[in-house]
Amino acid sequence: MAIWVFSSEVEGAPSPTSLELLTKARSLDTDVAAVYLGTSIEEAATVLGAHGAATVYHLSPAGALPAAGAAGALAELASAESPRAILFGMGPDDRDVAGRFSARTGTAVVANAIDIRLDGDTLIASNEILGGTVRVDTEVADRPGIVIARPKAFTAEPGDGAAATVTPVAMEDGRGTVLESHVEQSEGPDLTKADVVVSGGRGLGGADKFELIDKVAGLLGGAVGATRAVVDSGWVPYSHQIGQTGKTVKPSVYIAAGISGAMQHVVGMKDSGTIIAINKDPEAPIFGIADLGIVGDVNTVLPKLIEALEAR
Amino acid sequence: MRIAVCAKQIPDPATPYELDPETHFVVRPEEQVLDDTDRYGIEVALQLAEAAEGTVTLFSMGPAGSMQGIRQALAMGADKAVVIDDEGLRGSGALTTARVLAAAIEKEGFDLVIAGTESTDGYTGIVPQQIAELLDVPALTFARAFSHDDGKLRIERQTEVGYDVVETEPPALMTVTSGVVEPRYPTFKGIMQAKQKPVEQITAAELGIEETGSVAAGQAITAVSPVPSREAGLKIEDDGEGFAEIVKMLEERKVI
Ligand SMILES: Cc1cc2nc3c(=O)[nH]c(=O)nc-3n(C[C@H](O)[C@H](O)[C@H](O)COP(=O)(O)OP(=O)(O)OC[C@H]3O[C@@H](n4cnc5c(N)ncnc54)[C@H](O)[C@@H]3O)c2cc1C
Ligand SMILES: Nc1ncnc2c1ncn2[C@@H]1O[C@H](COP(=O)(O)O)[C@@H](O)[C@H]1O
Repeated sequence: MAIWVFSSEVEGAPSPTSLELLTKARSLDTDVAAVYLGTSIEEAATVLGAHGAATVYHLSPAGALPAAGAAGALAELASAESPRAILFGMGPDDRDVAGRFSARTGTAVVANAIDIRLDGDTLIASNEILGGTVRVDTEVADRPGIVIARPKAFTAEPGDGAAATVTPVAMEDGRGTVLESHVEQSEGPDLTKADVVVSGGRGLGGADKFELIDKVAGLLGGAVGATRAVVDSGWVPYSHQIGQTGKTVKPSVYIAAGISGAMQHVVGMKDSGTIIAINKDPEAPIFGIADLGIVGDVNTVLPKLIEALEAR
Repeated sequence: MRIAVCAKQIPDPATPYELDPETHFVVRPEEQVLDDTDRYGIEVALQLAEAAEGTVTLFSMGPAGSMQGIRQALAMGADKAVVIDDEGLRGSGALTTARVLAAAIEKEGFDLVIAGTESTDGYTGIVPQQIAELLDVPALTFARAFSHDDGKLRIERQTEVGYDVVETEPPALMTVTSGVVEPRYPTFKGIMQAKQKPVEQITAAELGIEETGSVAAGQAITAVSPVPSREAGLKIEDDGEGFAEIVKMLEERKVI
């Protein structure tokens, strides 16, 4: 009754969510394997093994759009090996492969999962719907049960597992080409690991004002976050986006400046230790979850904050 | 080029959603709106159709209601709509939704299918990939920019760390993020014309899909409970000294 974890390659290493999922999987079952879609397989086998995978099935993308080929190969493999469940993260490759695998094999998917458990032989996945206000537990009857989990739902902890045994799996070429890959470097600490996150929203008023956020983050040794409104306006790259369709963060302190607190943003930061919000609208929903709310103009509060921090 | 756009009608997100206590399904009001997420797909489709003398057909599954959302989409400039409304489809999961949409799109014929990356109310974020697999076409997903020339469709595909440039040839499916284009607002003329545009209403059975609803889901809801929300703390009006409260809290939390 194995549990498999799909792991896509992010900057040459297994995606952080896949390590979180492996940690969870090994608490549920002794038989855990990973399915790795990427090229740096040797390093990956070590990391995936440490996090609980005894075997890693390796799918190699080779410059083509990999999802269709990967889903096809995975379907054959799953039919031969009959895993109880396959767990995915929410990255673009995860979603592409999970969706295609589901359609190909006729199995249902639980998306946005924040908890996974086994009740005897029964797999139960929980997710939050309606913007994280309602929790739903779903019994997954299909085999393999496909669960797409939210990042940071579980904590990644390496165990003492040896490097996983690599089993290469052949896959068909994709009907599409990857011509270029670009990394949009963001400076400063990694958003998902930072202890302090300073985020800006549309309330800042313009791309140039985003400097205020950079400054505060820099002074606090924190990372820079943003809302989708700001990313869509092109003020900062997508890699800074926090929320339902962006990153999930759990820093000790989260500062939200000029952010209304739409539920799609809040699901990505509501589990932060302390939330500080600055917004000129006293009715802004962000104040409903803030430990400290300053009703005021970001363009006066932030410069003064910067001055005070610089003076220390 | 025949372009199919998946567009969903949803309850107005500005009004709180209600769950039916028995079925756990979202209560759908008569008046629904076009999912904002789908305005981007419609805009991309219109731009492609304008450049390549194409047609834009909307595909929507769910309670048709007053069709307000569909009319909004037609008012932007889409040519026609196919709405699959069937009592048996209530409570359908993503896969059933994809099966229904794929069957309707296939029946109509297509060169390109366009969808959003995730719906505002359901946000499973996999219906489009399922449709692509069912139609057996490549999928260019998470487009934040696109171009179409020499018969090739090329996008900037958003990744976790940046973007990839990927390309394929139709028939294909593409999902678009909200940063990809600026959706147009319907003009008065568009709104008037939308009233005359064809809207075809069909059932799942007419598409040859028998197993629908939660029966086909392969899963069952066992519990539904409210999520405890965070408590609000101190809220103060900035009198010029608001920053000092922030400094104080940062000190308390030992960040500085
Ligand atoms: C399917 C879907 C997925 C989404 N995913 C995400 C996501 O992942 N992340 C995300 O962030 N959003 C997401 N959104 C968008 C989300 O719904 C909101 O539109 C977005 O979060 C709003 O961003 P904002 O707070 O910057 O802007 P706004 O909502 O416009 O808020 C700006 C705020 O700034 C305040 N303000 C204005 N001027 C000042 C000033 N001078 N000083 C202080 N305050 C000021 C205003 O009072 C207002 O509260 C998603 C939406 C959908 C439909
Ligand atoms: N019932 C539906 N009718 C039409 N399109 C849909 C429907 N459900 C999902 N879609 C499309 O699929 C995208 C992703 O939806 P979802 O998988 O529900 O998050 C949406 O943005 C729509 O374009």
